[in-house]
Amino acid sequence: MNVTIIRFPGTNCDLDTANAVKKVLGIEPKIISCKENKIPKSDLIIIPGGFSYGDYLRSGAIAAREPIMDDLELKGNQGVYIIGICNGFQILTERKLLPGSLLKNSSLKFISKNVELKITRNDTYFTSKYQTNEIVNIPIAHHDGNFFADQDTLDSIEANNQVAFRYLNPVNGSLNNIAGLYNKNLNILGLMPHPERAVDIRTGTKDGSRVFESALNFYST
Amino acid sequence: MDIYESHSINKEEKELLLNYLGRDPSHTEIGIFSVMWSEHCSYKSSRHWLKKLHTKGKQVIQGPGENAGVVDIGDNQAIIFKMESHNHPSFIEPYQGAATGVGGIMRDVFTMGARPIALLNSIRFGEFTHPKTKFLLSGVVAGIGGYGNCVGIPTIAGETGFDSSYNGNNLVNAMCVGLATKDKIFYSKASGIGNPVVYVGAKTGRDGIHGATMASGEFDDESEKNRPTVQVGDPYAEKLLLEACLELMQKDAIISIQDMGAAGLTSSSVEMADKGKVGIELNLNNIPTRQQNLTAYEMMLSESQERMLMVLKPEKTEIAKEVFKKWGVDFAIVGKITETNNIVVSHNGIIEADIPIKFLTDNAPMYKRKKINKNKRNQKSQPIPSIKTKDAILKLLNSPNLCSKKWVWEQYDRTIMANTLNDAGRDGGIVRIENTEKAIAMSCDVNPRYCHADAKIGAMQAVAECWRNIISMGAKPLAITNCLNFGNPEKPEIMNDFVETIEGIRDASIVLDFPVVSGNVSLYNETNGVAIKNTPTIGGVGLIESIGVLDNFGPLNIGDSIYMIGKKGSHLSCSSLEEVCNGKSSINPPEIDLNQEKLNGTGVLELIQERIITSCHDISDGGMIVAICEMIMMDNRGAAINIVDDTKMIGELFGEDQSRYIITIPPERESIFEKKMKKLGVKYELIGCITSSQLKINDSIVISNNEIRDAYESLIPSIMNNRA
Repeated sequence: MNVTIIRFPGTNCDLDTANAVKKVLGIEPKIISCKENKIPKSDLIIIPGGFSYGDYLRSGAIAAREPIMDDLELKGNQGVYIIGICNGFQILTERKLLPGSLLKNSSLKFISKNVELKITRNDTYFTSKYQTNEIVNIPIAHHDGNFFADQDTLDSIEANNQVAFRYLNPVNGSLNNIAGLYNKNLNILGLMPHPERAVDIRTGTKDGSRVFESALNFYST
Repeated sequence: MDIYESHSINKEEKELLLNYLGRDPSHTEIGIFSVMWSEHCSYKSSRHWLKKLHTKGKQVIQGPGENAGVVDIGDNQAIIFKMESHNHPSFIEPYQGAATGVGGIMRDVFTMGARPIALLNSIRFGEFTHPKTKFLLSGVVAGIGGYGNCVGIPTIAGETGFDSSYNGNNLVNAMCVGLATKDKIFYSKASGIGNPVVYVGAKTGRDGIHGATMASGEFDDESEKNRPTVQVGDPYAEKLLLEACLELMQKDAIISIQDMGAAGLTSSSVEMADKGKVGIELNLNNIPTRQQNLTAYEMMLSESQERMLMVLKPEKTEIAKEVFKKWGVDFAIVGKITETNNIVVSHNGIIEADIPIKFLTDNAPMYKRKKINKNKRNQKSQPIPSIKTKDAILKLLNSPNLCSKKWVWEQYDRTIMANTLNDAGRDGGIVRIENTEKAIAMSCDVNPRYCHADAKIGAMQAVAECWRNIISMGAKPLAITNCLNFGNPEKPEIMNDFVETIEGIRDASIVLDFPVVSGNVSLYNETNGVAIKNTPTIGGVGLIESIGVLDNFGPLNIGDSIYMIGKKGSHLSCSSLEEVCNGKSSINPPEIDLNQEKLNGTGVLELIQERIITSCHDISDGGMIVAICEMIMMDNRGAAINIVDDTKMIGELFGEDQSRYIITIPPERESIFEKKMKKLGVKYELIGCITSSQLKINDSIVISNNEIRDAYESLIPSIMNNRA
């Protein structure tokens, strides 16, 4: 299984994500710079968290317009699996690969804490190792995680069952408590919580491991 | 006001300057002298006394004098750390002041070759009721978070305090801890005549000019006009600079490297040349600038952030240039090392400054200021009004200094890097060292109430409390850094407190083998002549050899016995209870027996390492009962406490006697524990046991978890979320 992690200037969760992939899957992922023209052949592409281009202008806005994103979009349309975590989620919405957008938290403050999430469905590439409706504990750390979409978009997200994770309790003002969601084809996932920081019980929770294990499970079968 | 006065150079210093140069200085030279001779850069009031600190130990690789201190943690790894103040700028412009404080201390650490792995801070503000407190607290916290979160370093521990003495001067002390390879540590000593001097990082602008001088003066009602002297931080630029520097450090290209902090290009070039006993030549036409027409004076004094100065091996210059180009960071050769022992600055073909370096460093003014010991001790303590025990507990938990600081630390990313084992809300923070079984525990501590009452005891207590916190996390304490925050040193009683503080830190660090390896002094923390309480903040690090000892350590188990290590409490003078009940505190802080401290702490550490006890928390502000409340709230458990003699209840619950810990033990291990403590000669007391919920004292006092939690957690949100 080939895993590629894309690093933008200001990305700061690239090494954590690579370590999590190594630890959980025993696979050495490839970290590439966003200045490369093409993404190498991959089964899974991860856009990790951070503050790409300082999050100046809008979170993820500048990164979403990098030339490498053309190739990412192409691969996404071809069905390659993609995860955007935190800033990666913001980049994917800015690129319109996922619907809606992420506004400033309703408290207008950065929030760093472990939150309880409900797994919406377990029949996807990213969640097969979870139970539907299972409650898991994964850290969040963001300033702009308040999911917003117009009513029609929100209705269509719900009608298509595109929500991946919901906050059990309201945390940042997200509509319908959306913490993560899929595109219509279910091959692209964006989420604000950081599964890569939840792969070792010693750091408090191991509930994020199964996002990566689910991907491997799918690949192996 | 003449030009010298406007540069904060007094008459005697002006004479000295003219005498040294034997001619009139240029405008740029006056600027250079003014920043290098400022209190902030020259330590002119404190230098003499700082030499008395205890700075040695077999764990120490580098003590004070470099960008940061370095300690050995085995396996060819080293921890590099330092704490620094950013008080003055944070009062004028809280967000940027605090943010650049974090940025500056991070650069001090990575300039030595370490990747930062944790941030801590100690921040202090005026009373809640003061009109500026809300604005300053929210700005400082957002600034600390805004910078650290973006660069991607977890902020894992710290302290937030409130006292009326900070109404006109808040304190922001930021600490950074980094991990380096022991044989790849970089120093600032320049060498190699003719070698290129290279500028990397953000472009130079007009921000922060005279920041060091501003930070060396007192404030008055007009202080806000200093806002243009506060630098503006760009954490994104810092992140790129960090990665570029760490990458270049793998390529054997750097001879010496120094962060451009206070006094920017001036102090970095002077300090590098001074350490190498060489000269340095700078051509300012090559400096990357943000705007046109910057003068030599402005470039030499700018404190624009995210910049570094390096001396490179000439043959590696091209390689270095490529690395910085890749990261999109400016790289410019701006000068060379010379044999003149002077700093020579040219701009547009004109020599703007030519000064022998020793005049700016070794020969800078040094004052052994007058000190007077105003004996404040042995005044009578105020009696504590009679108060119901339950009310006293809830009142303490709901007081500004003891209440939960969750509102603060939830704004700091504490989990990035995925190595945080323990963070805010406990005794301190712990981060694991990637790919090893080791972890580093750290804590920041000081009790200004004690320091104000007795500078020496307060300073010893700060070192001891930091030591105790690190022990409580299961780590062997290694070394400390400090930030000595004081008022105007020209006032003899403040100078006296400063000297006693140094003695207190020295005594404690000798006995506890907890040497000082780095630090910083911040004086003139006064507004309109009113000084802050002495605040010698101590930041410490400790080593956990095997993180396995932390498995199942911490969470409270129902049925475990609660013991106190140390003697029963009774000392209420200068306590939190006294302060909260009387609105002020008296002047007899608890004495501290350093040998007892060492004995108790060493015993507790063995108990943790041998996995005899299941949790541990130090007893400090608020006494034993506050420590127990903090423990049970963390895990949502309860406790049943037994006080044998009712008449001594208040002293035992709230006394702030030193060198004490609360521990919990499963009943089946009690006999091993007792045997061990007797053998070591450590005093202990059975206090009670862990229950499923509520705090019960002698069956007569019952407090529900909801009451405790509400008292503990409601105060700061109720004030900060009230938009009125």
